[in-house]
Amino acid sequence: MNARGAIAVIAVALVGGVTAGGCAGASADAVTTINFWGLGREGEVVAQLVPEFERRNPGLRVRVQQIPWTAAHEKLLTAFVGDATPDVAQLGNTWIPEFVALDALVPLDDRVAASAVVDRADYFAGIWDTNVIADTTYGIPWYVDTRVLFYRSDLLDSVGYATPPATWAEWRDAMERLRARMSPRQYPALLPINEWPQPVALALQLGSPLLRDGGRYGAFSDSAFRTAFTFYVGLYRDRLASSISNTEISNRYQEFARGNVAMMITGPWEIGEFRRRLPPELQDSWMTAPLPAPDSLTPGVSLAGGASLVIFRRSRHQDAAWRLVEYLSEPEQQLRFYELTGDLPARRAAWRDSVLAGNRYARAFRTQLENVRPTPKVPEWEQIATAIAEQLEQAVRGGKPVPVVLAALDRSVNAILEKRRWLLDRGAIEPAAPVGATAGTVPR
Amino acid sequence: MPSIARGVARSERNPAAWLFLAPALILIAVFFLLPVIAALMLSVTDFDIYALRDPANARLVWLENYARLLRSPLFWQALRNTLYFAVVGGPLSIAASLGAALLLNGRTVRLRGLFRTIYFTPFVTTLVAVAIVWRYLYHPRYGLLNYALGWIGVAPIDWLGDPRWAMPAIIIMAVWKNFGYNMLIFIAGLQAIPTELYEAAEMDGAGSLSRFRHVTWPMLGPTMLFAGVITMIGYFQIFAEPYVMTQGGPLRATTTVVLLMYEEGFRWWRMGYAASIAFVLFVIILLATLVQFRLQRGEER
Amino acid sequence: MNRRLASVLLYSTLVIGALLSLLPILWMLSASFMATGEASSYPPHVLPDHPTLEHYRALFTRLNLGRSLLNSVIVTVTVTTVSLFVNSMAGYAFAKLRFRGRDRLFRLLAAGLVIPVQVSMLPLFLLLKQMGLINTYWGVIIPGLASIFGIFLIRQYTLAFPDELLDAARMDGAGEFRIYWSLVLPVIAPVLATLSIWTFLSTWNDFMWPLIVLSDQDHYTLPVALANLVGEHVQDTELMMAGSVLTVLPVLVVFLFLQRYYVQGVMAGSVKG
Repeated sequence: MNARGAIAVIAVALVGGVTAGGCAGASADAVTTINFWGLGREGEVVAQLVPEFERRNPGLRVRVQQIPWTAAHEKLLTAFVGDATPDVAQLGNTWIPEFVALDALVPLDDRVAASAVVDRADYFAGIWDTNVIADTTYGIPWYVDTRVLFYRSDLLDSVGYATPPATWAEWRDAMERLRARMSPRQYPALLPINEWPQPVALALQLGSPLLRDGGRYGAFSDSAFRTAFTFYVGLYRDRLASSISNTEISNRYQEFARGNVAMMITGPWEIGEFRRRLPPELQDSWMTAPLPAPDSLTPGVSLAGGASLVIFRRSRHQDAAWRLVEYLSEPEQQLRFYELTGDLPARRAAWRDSVLAGNRYARAFRTQLENVRPTPKVPEWEQIATAIAEQLEQAVRGGKPVPVVLAALDRSVNAILEKRRWLLDRGAIEPAAPVGATAGTVPR
Repeated sequence: MPSIARGVARSERNPAAWLFLAPALILIAVFFLLPVIAALMLSVTDFDIYALRDPANARLVWLENYARLLRSPLFWQALRNTLYFAVVGGPLSIAASLGAALLLNGRTVRLRGLFRTIYFTPFVTTLVAVAIVWRYLYHPRYGLLNYALGWIGVAPIDWLGDPRWAMPAIIIMAVWKNFGYNMLIFIAGLQAIPTELYEAAEMDGAGSLSRFRHVTWPMLGPTMLFAGVITMIGYFQIFAEPYVMTQGGPLRATTTVVLLMYEEGFRWWRMGYAASIAFVLFVIILLATLVQFRLQRGEER
Repeated sequence: MNRRLASVLLYSTLVIGALLSLLPILWMLSASFMATGEASSYPPHVLPDHPTLEHYRALFTRLNLGRSLLNSVIVTVTVTTVSLFVNSMAGYAFAKLRFRGRDRLFRLLAAGLVIPVQVSMLPLFLLLKQMGLINTYWGVIIPGLASIFGIFLIRQYTLAFPDELLDAARMDGAGEFRIYWSLVLPVIAPVLATLSIWTFLSTWNDFMWPLIVLSDQDHYTLPVALANLVGEHVQDTELMMAGSVLTVLPVLVVFLFLQRYYVQGVMAGSVKG
């Protein structure tokens, strides 16, 4: 090898590489670029709403980035720590307390008060409330989210359930009947064991507070949580639900279409996915229903929430960012967004439109949204939620007894909250309000 | 030797030498040594996300992080998993490498170069990409591996979903990916063994097995040590395989020490605690290296 | 044992080994051309029924992986070239220049080899944050520019360079940098080639540090982008395989063209995995 030749090549490549890097880092001066981070499918779809915004605002450009939900929390925190946050982001509502604790978000009350578009009264009050921490609003609800039952109506019909099960007992019975007709490789329900919203929703149905003493300690050994958890774990133990995590499912739509699973508990974004991914001949054979209730007297509550639009404190284009938030909050854009994703609008105005009113799959969500509970507004919630999922896995796959698992859950949650207790005692932070009867949020 | 004498004469203060060294030394000092020292200090605090917002929220906890680590069942599990991977996967890798090297070392083998290249190919591939490929190969229902095992009558295995199989699955992938590298080292080591030794052993009437035991094995000793240490150090730092394939599950069966450090440090931002994990890893690697040197020396005696 | 039987056994073992080595890679290639859903069929398809390029199209259009390809090239080429200079200068100085404390300094540096890089990661992140380098190419590039191992490698190779030649050049009045540049570098070209391939492969394949430092999709390198993609598109096996092909292909090409240097380097016992 000729060293001088090699060095010349290297030098050229180096200059080329660094120049390209430099160019990529610079942005044009004439227009303001708003960096927007969207999560999951929403991040992919929101790009279709952007051209109209850019047409209306010639000086503004929007750069959309898509982050998968599985990595979103991690990436957002890394960006915060590295001072690399975007201008606007879609944030799961349960994460808002955490980012507020970090002082990462801009309070929006003044902008809301001055806005002709964002009309607080038009939003579902409970959903709005999840964005309010200590009387200050930090996020504008973008879409609402709750968990309901998605099921193959033909399969349920074939075991005698022309209408979906309304109580836990009926639900279990339907699954047992399906089980009896299915092969060992098929399952009545697909409930990924690394997802916390399902058992948490069931526990909220029984009135579990999840945390106690202003968010100082876990309350997972209480009878409400234990009863719900026992019921849920029983579904796996009796092979009514397959004990796999959602990273191991090859294609849930395929499995659903093939009848290898007959139900799942999931959120509104799946309406769009089901329409897109299920074959046309199956489109009349699936339906949604509110979560079954513990009994016919207790309402079948679920988690309420969804995602909000927030503006980061480090943004140098907060006014432009707010214009984008306002644009995405317009009822017409909410509706377009719904048509693209199936995500349910956070504004009542959009719900009155015939497109949404005529969607039979959305009806269950509307019913469910009347009965929703939030998760505790503590910054550590994401960690706690992860701990719940982990202990669920211990119970299902590890076969550990429920009381043992819940004691371990309380222990690890109390350890997670240790720093919080210290800060509370010093008066450095505010205690969390107990879980109310209004609304909460759940990122997926 | 005159050149050395002259060198010494003009040595001692040699500005040119320091100019040559400066870029590398500055980079290493600022971006490696300084952080290592800072990590030691970080590990005696409870520096976390609250402290990132306001340093006053950090506490000096001295050895509490280490104490918590030793009390944490998750840490012990991560340690067990890492040891499992290194202690089972390491020797398996070495064995596969040695086997391939012995096969390819036969003087009569044709297409040696081609086979050597093929065997080495997995090593140069991007770990993240092939980990994703293997994730699908391991799929209990549609994966090629279970299908192939089905031919010989083995019931489907839930490779990445069953806590008993997840680590073996990662080990199999790691052996597949890495054996080619040590194979090359061993081929070089085998070629360095003087043929006279084999000839002498043959004259003494030694069979091929006995030649392996009395000539190849001892002569390969230093190479084995080198390969063993390098492999072990690498295996203790396993991260991308579980991150991509299992996220540390199922039932934490594939959570390794580095993955735990990543989760604590860069997911939950408990940086003080994570720093203590990193130091424990350091100590373990140091011990493993020393033990390996000691074992080797014992064998030589 | 029968000689023919032995040779049949030998070659069939070799061929089986070769198949096992290549199968995952070949399956990845094949599945990347399958229609959506075809790779999840039972019994498994070995070859695509109707080969399609739709997944590659999706990667470059909708999913913007071309950008990540460019990022990987920028980062890898910069690290490979700059580190070659930095490490070869230092390695040469340790091998051939005399100065006070040289051997002690070198031993100290070599001791640093046992410290796993993860130990430095947390404070390094905070340091780069202070410097404003998080989520930039430089955040990935700078920590890779100097490598103790690279210095070590160059030093070992350069030790054999005859001192007489250096002294003769000095007598002729050549400057120290000129000596390094025109006299030493051409002679140690083989080890430079080995080191640059090694750096190229390890930088291209590196995952953990870019994952930590890069938070913005526009800066992702291919492995990070791919891990990101699997989070969202785990259902789309064929798409993921196309992404894997795109990630692996460049290193495979570089390796196949330059394997002579790399394999020789490894066999000389010099290249670390």
